[in-house]
Amino acid sequence: MLVEALALSAVLFSIGVIGVLTRRNAIIIFMCVELMLNAVNLSFVALSKLYGAAGQVFVVFTMTVAAAEAAVGLAIIIAIFRHVKTVNLQNINLLKG
Amino acid sequence: MNPALIPEGAHPLAATVARFVWLLPLLPLLGFLINGTLAMLGAAKVGPADPSADHGHGHGDAHAQDDAHGHGVNGHGAHDDHHPPPRHKFAGIVSLIGPGVLLAAFGLAVACFLAMRGVEMEHPYVVTLFQWMPVGDLHLDASLLLDPLSMTMVLVVTGVGMLIHVFSVGYMQDDPGYPRYFAYLNLFVFFMLTLVLGASYPLLFVGWEGVGLCSYLLIGFWFSEKANADAGKKAFIVNRIGDFGFLVAMFLMFANLGTLDIGRVAAKAAELPFGGVVITAMALFLFLGCTGKSAQIPLHVWLPDAMAGPTPVSALIHAATMVTAGVYLVARASGIFSMAPVAQLTVASVGALTALVAATIGLKQWDIKKVLAYSTVSQLGYMFVGVGVGAYTAGIFHLVTHAFFKALLFLGSGSVIFAMHAAYHHTHNHDDAQDMRNMGGLKQYMPITFYLMWIATLAIAGIPLFSGFFSKDEILASVFARVSHSTLAESSLLGIPGSTVLLIVYGIGLAVALLTAIYMTRMMLYTFHGPNRTGEGERPHLTEAPWVMTGPLVVLGVLAAIGGWINVPELLGAIGPVGGLEHFLEPVVGQASLRTTLGAPPHVAHQTELLLVGAAIAIAITGIAIAVWRLKPAALVPKKEAPASTGISRVLENKYFVDEGYDAAFVQPTVSVSRAVLWKGFDAGIIDGLFVNGSALLARAFGWLGSQLQTGQVGTYAWVLLIGVITLLGAFTLR
Amino acid sequence: MTAFLSSINYNAWILPALLLLPIVGALGLWVHALLSAKDPADKRWREVRVLAFAFFVVEALISLGLWWSFDPAAAGWQAAVDLPWIPQWGVRFSVGIDGIALTLILLTTLMMPLAVLGSWTSIRTKPHAYYTLLMLLTVGMLGVFVSLDLVLFYVMWEIMLVPMYLVIGVWGGERRLYAAIKFFIYTMLGSLLMLVAILYLGSAASQAGGVPTFSYDYILNNVRLDPTTTLWLFGAFALAFAVKVPMFPFHTWLPDAHVEAPTAGSVILASIMLKMGTFGFVRFALPLFPSAAMNPTVRSLIIALAVIGIVYGALVALVQPDFKKLVAYSSVSHLGFVMLGIFALTTESVQGALMVNINHGVSTGALFLLVGMLYERRHTRMIEDYGGIAKVVPIFATVLTIVSLSSIGVPGTNGFIGEFLVLVGSYKTQPVAAVISATAVIFAAAYLLWALQRIIYNKLSKPENEGIKDLNWREIGLLVPILAAIVWMGVYPKPVLEKTEMAARRLVTYVEATSANTPQTASNSAR
Repeated sequence: MLVEALALSAVLFSIGVIGVLTRRNAIIIFMCVELMLNAVNLSFVALSKLYGAAGQVFVVFTMTVAAAEAAVGLAIIIAIFRHVKTVNLQNINLLKG
Repeated sequence: MNPALIPEGAHPLAATVARFVWLLPLLPLLGFLINGTLAMLGAAKVGPADPSADHGHGHGDAHAQDDAHGHGVNGHGAHDDHHPPPRHKFAGIVSLIGPGVLLAAFGLAVACFLAMRGVEMEHPYVVTLFQWMPVGDLHLDASLLLDPLSMTMVLVVTGVGMLIHVFSVGYMQDDPGYPRYFAYLNLFVFFMLTLVLGASYPLLFVGWEGVGLCSYLLIGFWFSEKANADAGKKAFIVNRIGDFGFLVAMFLMFANLGTLDIGRVAAKAAELPFGGVVITAMALFLFLGCTGKSAQIPLHVWLPDAMAGPTPVSALIHAATMVTAGVYLVARASGIFSMAPVAQLTVASVGALTALVAATIGLKQWDIKKVLAYSTVSQLGYMFVGVGVGAYTAGIFHLVTHAFFKALLFLGSGSVIFAMHAAYHHTHNHDDAQDMRNMGGLKQYMPITFYLMWIATLAIAGIPLFSGFFSKDEILASVFARVSHSTLAESSLLGIPGSTVLLIVYGIGLAVALLTAIYMTRMMLYTFHGPNRTGEGERPHLTEAPWVMTGPLVVLGVLAAIGGWINVPELLGAIGPVGGLEHFLEPVVGQASLRTTLGAPPHVAHQTELLLVGAAIAIAITGIAIAVWRLKPAALVPKKEAPASTGISRVLENKYFVDEGYDAAFVQPTVSVSRAVLWKGFDAGIIDGLFVNGSALLARAFGWLGSQLQTGQVGTYAWVLLIGVITLLGAFTLR
Repeated sequence: MTAFLSSINYNAWILPALLLLPIVGALGLWVHALLSAKDPADKRWREVRVLAFAFFVVEALISLGLWWSFDPAAAGWQAAVDLPWIPQWGVRFSVGIDGIALTLILLTTLMMPLAVLGSWTSIRTKPHAYYTLLMLLTVGMLGVFVSLDLVLFYVMWEIMLVPMYLVIGVWGGERRLYAAIKFFIYTMLGSLLMLVAILYLGSAASQAGGVPTFSYDYILNNVRLDPTTTLWLFGAFALAFAVKVPMFPFHTWLPDAHVEAPTAGSVILASIMLKMGTFGFVRFALPLFPSAAMNPTVRSLIIALAVIGIVYGALVALVQPDFKKLVAYSSVSHLGFVMLGIFALTTESVQGALMVNINHGVSTGALFLLVGMLYERRHTRMIEDYGGIAKVVPIFATVLTIVSLSSIGVPGTNGFIGEFLVLVGSYKTQPVAAVISATAVIFAAAYLLWALQRIIYNKLSKPENEGIKDLNWREIGLLVPILAAIVWMGVYPKPVLEKTEMAARRLVTYVEATSANTPQTASNSAR
């Protein structure tokens, strides 16, 4: 059971990484980041069986932070969209020297 | 010899009028200041407070205000009216002050001369005015040195100078730059007096460069013509090449003798090894300075061009005084030259060569002033032959008589040009007023000038009893006397024994005497004899110049005729003091002369001397006869109809193409190498381009490399991160 | 005069006052800027230039007392003031002058009002900033001349860099940014190495005495280093100064900076800032490291560079189409004379070098002022755009001729005295160098007279030149003191020579004696 859960977590995490690296749409990248977070959550939960409840606590903690992050991140993306009418990251290079 | 031994107050001259010797240079300086101020007041129009307010668009008044210096006699400005332009508003006071200060200075000079006759002049009289450069071992004072040599020069400078100032009042009367002209002329006299009176070589050098500066300003007096400005600049730069030699000579003196004071240098120079490298180098570098100032080969090229200046300037600066400064310097430094026979032979040879080259060029010139210019170069060569062989008195004697007859010739030619120009001015003709092919037959229009110029011509040709005869004869006799039994005869130049060199110099001297008689007679024939070629319309306007101009000519005529009687040889003891100038100058140059002739006065057998004099007279008469016989003034045509000359005439007319040669060999290479190689190639290319901007580029290249690591693309960073993680993981797991 | 000065205890406060006053002046301008903020721009720049001029006149007047209070016969530092500044590091506010510094201080304070008058009508944008920068520049320049503490010296050396950078960069010509950055980086590069050397000297001094100090006198008398270190330290100082002089081949920032700077900037750059380099050699590089400076290889190298600079500067000046650039390259030539004189190390040549320093300040400063005046009228510096203008601007032509003659070194002007002394003195120790350098008298005449001819002589052929107005009273007034100085120092240079004599003599005897005591330096470096 543990092995399957960890394998699923690894697959999800890899999908998230590949998504972050290859996609250009800010929303999708954002969702991939969430995916990576949740993959980590999954492995926390799976490993709590072995190492105690601390893993479960950490998941709650992560989900709280992820919620805050989602709020701020989506707000920024919306702001950027209002500003440049796109969420394609390749076109958002105003800060580049 | 050492002036330091005689304190200023103890000198016998200190009790006489000579203690006011400092007034001599001061008077012309005052004249310069007043005339210069008037010139500025007359020409200047102070600008508006804000100069950038309205620029760019032309104002007509600039034209009208000062229609330039083209109105001058030599200028070719366009003239619209027959009436002379109104005289300068300060002309009256300037005419008073300009010649006035010279008259005062001349009076003082005569007074000093009389005072000097009354005392024993064993030591020079040195008056210290103030400390000039007291630095380290160098104790330079602003001191004036009055001795028979400087006295002679002062008399010539102020006397002839005064006459030329008076002449200029008439000659320059209509020039818009009238006060400026007299300011420059006064300044010139100031510097010339500083030159001859300076008691140390640096002070002499101040005068030396100062006269060069005035020469520059006066040659380029009508600066709106590019040719005139070019000529002035050329004179200054060529002179500076000579000045470089003078400077190096002073370095040598200071390093080896520890002083630059004229008297002390002479005393210390005698302690150096005779004929040694140091003393010879010193003398040769001094002579380089002389070749510049006195227009000797190879630096003779500036003097003919200098004729671009007003003619009285040519008379004063480029004939009578400044160009003879080199001769004066050799006589002044006789203590150095007499210690270096090789240098003396060089001086004499260069002098002889210059005399010959210039005389041949003089044969084929058409511009009346150019003939006189080459004649001056040639006669200066004569003087250098004199001072070169250690006959300092003879050289200075020729300097004096030359000042008389050459000033007369130049002023006479000035009077001719004045008449020609006035005639052309009346008919709006733009022909060349100085070309002899446009003259001819002027004797009936300007008889006074005609007779006076013939006197000068006979004097320069060496006809007996005229001034030039005595001085030229003495130089030739001195050369001959030193062929045997002198330090020169025992020395050698470039492997040729000294006696042979002297014989060649003597032969050249005779040849030059012949050529001089020919080209001077040619000039007189073409100018004054034969039919007139000026033009039908112009002929009635040819007249004698006003008295303010002919007056000085008459005085100079008298001097040119009898000026030689101040120093007559024993043969003609009946007409004047035997060796008068010789005795006068003896305290200054006597010792040095005797050193060259091995302690005994030069002696030539009586019969030989008679033979030599006879030969010289015969040559002079032959020369005049050849010219009269061969030249046909009647066959000449005006300049614009004359065909271009060919062959040897063309070479002579173009002065052996020396100017072109110098231009191609020195001037152009310097400019183009400086521009293409030094500036554009080395400075802008290698130093600035390669090193300075190159290092900047290198820094930029590194910066660019660095900036490539920070593209700002988060994706790139993430990839780098991932690769890093995988690498690390791989490294840990595969270990 | 002397009695009056001592009655007000002049020597005790004059140097700090001279350094402080420009800061007060800058604050004054700031107050004016605040008060006049609502005034029209035209009124503001007219008012502020008067304020600035008045200030510089005051500064010049109070500095003049130094001429009388200075005792040419006394040996030590004069008007010295010594206050603690950064006690932890042993850095002190220590100032004082000798004859060399005296002449340069007076040159600075007297040229500054003239420089302000020179930019009287041409600076109209940001006038407050401009004059404030000039004042800060004055602090830096005077500070360099008076500092007797190495850190203080370094601070002052860097302080003057910034205002000049801004003056060129903001009020300069078309390529001003390039010129300003080049100037800044070039000078900075040299002086950073000097900072390292100063820190090394400071630590060596602390080790020698047990207490931290950067005092010039202490280091001079007590710090003894091994020959190799001396050579390195000398090199660091020499590079900083050589860039500033500028010596060939570190000179290429100069033409750009000169050409692009506004008139006052060029004048200050030429008259005063170039003197920092030669002053540095005389005050620091030679006395602190005599054995390195007199090392035959080093000495011949520097003399060779000086001689190359003299001839090369003159030849390159000959072919410049831009008059300002011509004057800039002529500076390279003149400063070469100074370097030759210093390193020939005879009393005559060093005195001559100091004289050339001042003469160059006066004559070249005047040339830049004159170019500025012409530029203001015709907005071109190209020689070929002029010709024959002596006819329309006779006063200008006369002044330009006199100043050029002074720059050429015609006797009777100041230029001759300096060059003559340098050459005649140098010949004693460096005959070949002196003879080669003497050829510059020919080239100097060639480049300046040629330019002069093409600007003021020849035919007045360009119609746009016919309307050029002659100098106005302000310009005449500012040139008259310069002309007076040119003639005065040419005819009667004794008062100036007298002031610098003691310092020059001491330098020569000290360096000769010290370098003779350590003969191993030469052999060490030869290996």
